[in-house]
Amino acid sequence: MALEEPDMKISIGSLRLRNPVMTASGTFGYGEEYGSLVNLHRLGAIIVKGISLLPRQGTPPPRIAETACGMLNAIGLENVGLERFLSEKLPFLQGISTPLIVNILGDTVQDYEQLAARLNEEEKVAALEVNISCPNVKQGGVAFGTDPGMAHAVTKGVRQHFSRPVIVKLSPNVTDISEIAGAVEEAGADAVSLINTVLGMAIDIESCRPKLANIFGGLSGPAIKPIGLRMVWQVAECVSIPVIGIGGITTPEDAIEYILAGACAVQVGTTNFINPKASEEIIQGIGAYLTEHSMASMQDLIGRARRV
Amino acid sequence: MQAYQQKAEVVSTEKVTGDIYRFTVKAPDIAADARPGQFVMVRAGDGLDPLLRRPFSIHQVAEGGLVQILFKVIGKGTQAIAGLQVGQHMDVLGPLGRGFVHNTMQEHYLVGGGIGVAPLLFLAKQLLKKNEPSAIRVLLGAGTKAEISTLADDFENMGLGVQVSTEDGSLGKPGLVTDLMVPLQNENKVMVYTCGPYPMLRAVAGVSSDKGWACQVSLETIMACGLGACLGCAVLRADMNGYVHVCKDGPVFDADDVAWL
Repeated sequence: MALEEPDMKISIGSLRLRNPVMTASGTFGYGEEYGSLVNLHRLGAIIVKGISLLPRQGTPPPRIAETACGMLNAIGLENVGLERFLSEKLPFLQGISTPLIVNILGDTVQDYEQLAARLNEEEKVAALEVNISCPNVKQGGVAFGTDPGMAHAVTKGVRQHFSRPVIVKLSPNVTDISEIAGAVEEAGADAVSLINTVLGMAIDIESCRPKLANIFGGLSGPAIKPIGLRMVWQVAECVSIPVIGIGGITTPEDAIEYILAGACAVQVGTTNFINPKASEEIIQGIGAYLTEHSMASMQDLIGRARRV
Repeated sequence: MQAYQQKAEVVSTEKVTGDIYRFTVKAPDIAADARPGQFVMVRAGDGLDPLLRRPFSIHQVAEGGLVQILFKVIGKGTQAIAGLQVGQHMDVLGPLGRGFVHNTMQEHYLVGGGIGVAPLLFLAKQLLKKNEPSAIRVLLGAGTKAEISTLADDFENMGLGVQVSTEDGSLGKPGLVTDLMVPLQNENKVMVYTCGPYPMLRAVAGVSSDKGWACQVSLETIMACGLGACLGCAVLRADMNGYVHVCKDGPVFDADDVAWL
């Protein structure tokens, strides 16, 4: 008797994914960059580089620095802006069967609302992921994601202007991530994704200067996996919406750890830079794990480490 | 653009001198599509530290699907690659980026500094298909003789005229590679192709501009993906308004398109 293929489907609000593996925003361009290296039709979802209303130039170089088992980046949210995204990037993505999730960012709540309203008109945009790690220029530059009230306001604004699922991407650079997660759930988020990069820095001891022109940057890669895993566990404890795990996932085993901690899906980020095939390998590896452990579906795996 | 990720077997290793190595790997898809000036992203193994791939210009391609890289050991990443033995594999991603532009100039000056000679050998081979050897001039600069003599021989063996400068005077003219450029007089249309350390590129671009020669520069930056996804390899545009990206818009640029800081 042939073994039945494990059921890897998952749901995030009304969004149905064929498997739980997505590409993290900022690590996969607009999809096309990886078109010749990855079977884009096989991914659970594609999350594209964060889009703002107007194009952004980004920060001066050097923008990246390698660290032990990780890398720092300070790209400064460089992106082509909403209009060029719609005219130059979306047509390619229309031809890919995989659900498209657009990551959005702004300076004000109104920016996010305008982005949500315009992207709501594009049927191909299956969901939004809201980057709340950017500074709120109307509140002295404090990041939306570090204050429960501001996180609530931006989530509520997007929710009101977008009819399909809204995922809010949480920053780990806070005292209590559960409090922020609770605030965005209360504001109507369909899911939370975490973690964004961990603020860090590196110094060149020959030039005696910071390695990044921006001085500080976001740490990503395998080095941050234990932090992401801990925060997913904490957030899954306190919210009832789906949690998407991000942070240092390079292998199927890493992804399975996140799912055991309570994530219903994962995002593969920095690993795309090193091994473009990683997402496909992780999809295959999770499937093999389910089969080997006689689990019929993702439901048997999600949060299993939390069960008493 | 079509890129390939290949587990490439190391078929030969050569220690050129000191910390400079030349490795040949079997990567047929990459070899078939590669153009002079394009690069590959290389990873020695599956380890997580160092994490990132390392970018290298394609030094040359050869029959049998062979790709050659020329590199200097400067840190953990290049150390790991240099440690590979014949028969072992490296993970190679490529060919990536935009290479040198083919053109109809009457004369071609290839100006390399140290390890920056790497892409110029591939370019010289390509140029020889459509040009007489006398239309191609090779100017190479290095710190000392050991760093450059083997590489200079490669160009000479192709029948090309090669001039060398070394900072310590141990080979050729004492001084910098631009000291070889300055005395050159030419009424023909000239294209300069250059690769090397940033201060050298800036100087070569400056001399070319003074002489009215067109100039293409191959830039090097720290890079994470090589595919245009991470946007880490930004370089300021000539108009100081925004950035180009070395991996996707380059690595070869018209010298007039980037800011020289």
